[in-house]
Amino acid sequence: MEWETVIGLEIHVQLSTQTKIFSGASTAFGAEPNTQACAVDLALPGTLPVFNENALRMAVMFGLAVNAEIGKRSVFERKNYFYPDLPKGYQTTQLAEPIVGPGYIDIETEEGGTRRVRIHHAHLEEDAGKSLHEDFHGMTGIDLNRAGTPLVEIVSEPDMRSAKEAAAYARKIHAIVTTLGICDGNMAEGSMRCDCNVSIRPKGSETLGTRTELKNINSFRFIERAIETEVARQIDLIEDGGRVVQETRLYDPDRNQTRSMRSKEEANDYRYFPCPDLLPVVIDETYIEQIRQTLPELPDARKARFITEYQLSEYDAGVLCADSAQADYYEALVKQTGDAKLAANWVMGELAKNLNQQDLDIRQSPVSATQLAGLLVRIKDETITGKIAKQVFEILWSEGGNADAIIDAKGLKQVTDTGAIEAAVDQVIAQCTPQVEQYLAAEPDKRGKMLGFFMGQVMKLSQGKANPGQVQGLLKTKLDALLPK
Amino acid sequence: MFDLTLTQLADGLERGDFSSQELTQAWLERIQREDAQYNAYITLTPELALQQAAQADAQRAAGQAGRFTGLPIAHKDIFCTIGVKTSCGSKMLDNFIAPYNATLVERFNTAGAVMLGKTNMDEFAMGSSNENSYYGPVRNPWDTTRVPGGSSGGSAAAVAARLAPAATGTDTGGSIRQPAALCGITGLKPTYGRVSRYGMIAYASSLDQAGPMTRTAADAALMLQVMAGHDPRDSTSAEVAVPDYTAQLDLPLKGLRIGLPDEYFSSSLDSQIAAQIQQALRQFEALGATCKPIRLANTARCIPAYYIIAPAEASSNLSRFDGVRYGYRCEEPKDLMDLYTRSRGEGFGREVKRRIMIGTYALSAGYYDAYYRKAQQIRRLIQQDFVEALKEVDVIMGPVTPHTAFAIGEKNNDPVAMYMEDIFTLSLNLAGLPGMSIPCGQVAGLPVGLQIIGNYFAEDKLLNIAHQFQQATDWHTQSPVKL
Amino acid sequence: MSLDHSDVARIAHLARLEVSDAEISEFASSLNSILSLVDAMQATDTQGVEPLAHPLDSVQRLRADEVSEVNQREALQTCAPAVEDGLFLVPRVIE
Repeated sequence: MEWETVIGLEIHVQLSTQTKIFSGASTAFGAEPNTQACAVDLALPGTLPVFNENALRMAVMFGLAVNAEIGKRSVFERKNYFYPDLPKGYQTTQLAEPIVGPGYIDIETEEGGTRRVRIHHAHLEEDAGKSLHEDFHGMTGIDLNRAGTPLVEIVSEPDMRSAKEAAAYARKIHAIVTTLGICDGNMAEGSMRCDCNVSIRPKGSETLGTRTELKNINSFRFIERAIETEVARQIDLIEDGGRVVQETRLYDPDRNQTRSMRSKEEANDYRYFPCPDLLPVVIDETYIEQIRQTLPELPDARKARFITEYQLSEYDAGVLCADSAQADYYEALVKQTGDAKLAANWVMGELAKNLNQQDLDIRQSPVSATQLAGLLVRIKDETITGKIAKQVFEILWSEGGNADAIIDAKGLKQVTDTGAIEAAVDQVIAQCTPQVEQYLAAEPDKRGKMLGFFMGQVMKLSQGKANPGQVQGLLKTKLDALLPK
Repeated sequence: MFDLTLTQLADGLERGDFSSQELTQAWLERIQREDAQYNAYITLTPELALQQAAQADAQRAAGQAGRFTGLPIAHKDIFCTIGVKTSCGSKMLDNFIAPYNATLVERFNTAGAVMLGKTNMDEFAMGSSNENSYYGPVRNPWDTTRVPGGSSGGSAAAVAARLAPAATGTDTGGSIRQPAALCGITGLKPTYGRVSRYGMIAYASSLDQAGPMTRTAADAALMLQVMAGHDPRDSTSAEVAVPDYTAQLDLPLKGLRIGLPDEYFSSSLDSQIAAQIQQALRQFEALGATCKPIRLANTARCIPAYYIIAPAEASSNLSRFDGVRYGYRCEEPKDLMDLYTRSRGEGFGREVKRRIMIGTYALSAGYYDAYYRKAQQIRRLIQQDFVEALKEVDVIMGPVTPHTAFAIGEKNNDPVAMYMEDIFTLSLNLAGLPGMSIPCGQVAGLPVGLQIIGNYFAEDKLLNIAHQFQQATDWHTQSPVKL
Repeated sequence: MSLDHSDVARIAHLARLEVSDAEISEFASSLNSILSLVDAMQATDTQGVEPLAHPLDSVQRLRADEVSEVNQREALQTCAPAVEDGLFLVPRVIE
């Protein structure tokens, strides 16, 4: 039987506010345990929440960016359950009246088309603390620094049909929230976490199959792999005559498998009710319009502009705009070099390669856009060759400084002195008699390709510094002069 | 000195009749000598009190004294007080030293008040008799075999027995007004949102409100002046200007329109109490007021609505007491579930557990609409009744309780009978309106309270009316103790 | 509606309250009498009545996004039953 995969995502995005959603404690990542958990965050008796205006603003920004209705009245509710990382014994969240109503985004499909993924709603809520299971004499340690960090939970409709689409949707959400500046996008630190609801059904069927929920996946690659693994498991299960059980499963990236989180899944009864410590959040059209005016250019619009303004391919523009910081970096580079193509090649080439190797985000790049621009202008004005530029880049990456100083200090300037280049060309022709003979004997349309060998030899002789254009011109003239008339 | 009102003590301090240290020392000694028979206090704070008194005297010497500087009061043990045990009447918090001050406590400290100690209460403010305290029942100073009412029973008994010139209380369903009535003192539950709830341990967040418990209305005005006002730490705190409560006490009552709800003078009301209320109403007429009957048709429904809403909110508010970050933790928990269930099972008393369970059930899947939603709808009907009534009259009057103080142990095993005692007080909390209880007579030597209900933020009017009554009568000067 | 032994046990578990068998019987009886008191409200017609969650018809105030709290870990943990390296300790949580 042919199966269709149905996927819906719940993405938790940590908002990059200075303080918690309901307290004045800092949200900075990485502090000593419980040093950023104030009396309110610890749910000390008598403490009360007060709502952070910036969390509201950011949630509205997100809603506007995904073409959603904004809830003019939203209500915080309590979701009651006991867990050590949940100090109050309830999570303050939104249910019946969320801040962001139905909306949508478009994603590119594998076939090159677009698919519209509907967003059911997005709501504001507070994050929980962290349980540390390292050994404390068989105990678990609780750190509540993260407790109360504002989250927007974005709930999609089950509109995705493959693991790749799910990852593309998550990437698009990531691009939107980072462009808006409402989330730092750092998935390794848990700034964006994803729950995937996965089910399968016979192709053509309209009814949804029983779904499982894959919890807390924190990389795009894992989203894809976890869903693929889970889909394969469900297909095997059903084809072997079994049934999918509705449950929460955990993806283990090391074994590339999913496993049930609780053997005896307890029926949850969260006893939601409106939080009596908080009043309804009411906003008007003026407030929403003011925020609309401040929205930055969104990834889709930016990509379209990159294609027309910089003559980039659809693919290149898409890659560059997938992360707003990367797109910013690119545009800074274009502005300083005036060469959109060269800038694109470097951002997606050398820079991306180095960042990937060291698992760095572009925000953490040791080479700034200005430093890289200093290098690219020297390629453009032919002070150095592209090959030398890569050496200079390595130095910029590991030692810092600026391109001109490195070029000077290491004597990497391109040789444009015709006399010196001519001498090198003559030397190569003299030393490579067999290749010269082959060249002369070859069909005219093959000779162009054979020129590459001599180019390489001359460049090697000049330690990469000879101007490649000049070398090529001279080689061709001198070799063609040897042809029989 | 112990028979002087808070207002008279303030005058005495201003005149230099005594210093705050002398005053404080005398009250502390009296409490230490007398409280064993009432059990009004959970914690006495003599060192802190004397230190605050010395500071107050220094301020006065420097010419920086305000009206409240140096006045000793007691706080209900529901308010967090930094460095002092804040138990909320529960074993759960028997070991809890609050690391911060409630906004209300902070305001009294800023005003120069002296804290004598923390008063006894029903556990987590759940009760109408003060029998639900981990620290034992409080005894009514008028008859120590009887209850003082609850949940602010310790504060009421302390003020009545002259163990504090004044005290703070909280009122979720009558917890200021009912013990004030049963102990023959003056109690005011302000409008919801008038006094900050920050640092006041929550029972039912949408109903809880702190207020003064004093000997006279003038004293209550003095107290409320310090307590009232907006607090940015409490989202439900009202941003409404605070009037000068003392300045309006002397306004005449001529033309005052009093509404008398038929439902408050029904068969459930003890006839002797009814007679005392009627007598008080004649007094108001003599002062120039007119009375007319009104309807509060949904009065009887306040009990079911309240006993869903309050426990529902409480079941969630009390989830934080889990033995993890503070408070009671059971011995040797064998796993996480054991830690939770035993810490909570052992740390909470019977009535608290009962209300947590009622609330948990009312909010659980499948029952929300039938219970919680229904109760909130009835809550609106109750509010609408008041809003309509208060278009026709300035204030509403009636009894506070259907009976005078009952015997300790009499209703303790019958929660429903106990809940029925709240019939005249619950509606105000559901509607968020202010209400007062003032002494207006006695039945068989036990005090009777008159309830005065006003419009939102009309505390000044209530205090004015109560003060005028107290200028014309002497019920509020009756004392259960010989000094 | 009437609660039996197992209902009370289920509610107690949801609320994380340990109750003995004897207590369950006692709670069942008192909870049932409270519920019959409460069930009186079912007779009230509330068709079309908007539930009232807060007595004051007010809206949520917003707080400026500025850090106002400093690290007070030591003071806030003085009443904690078990702490190590600044962490609150609980019996091992098995995922």
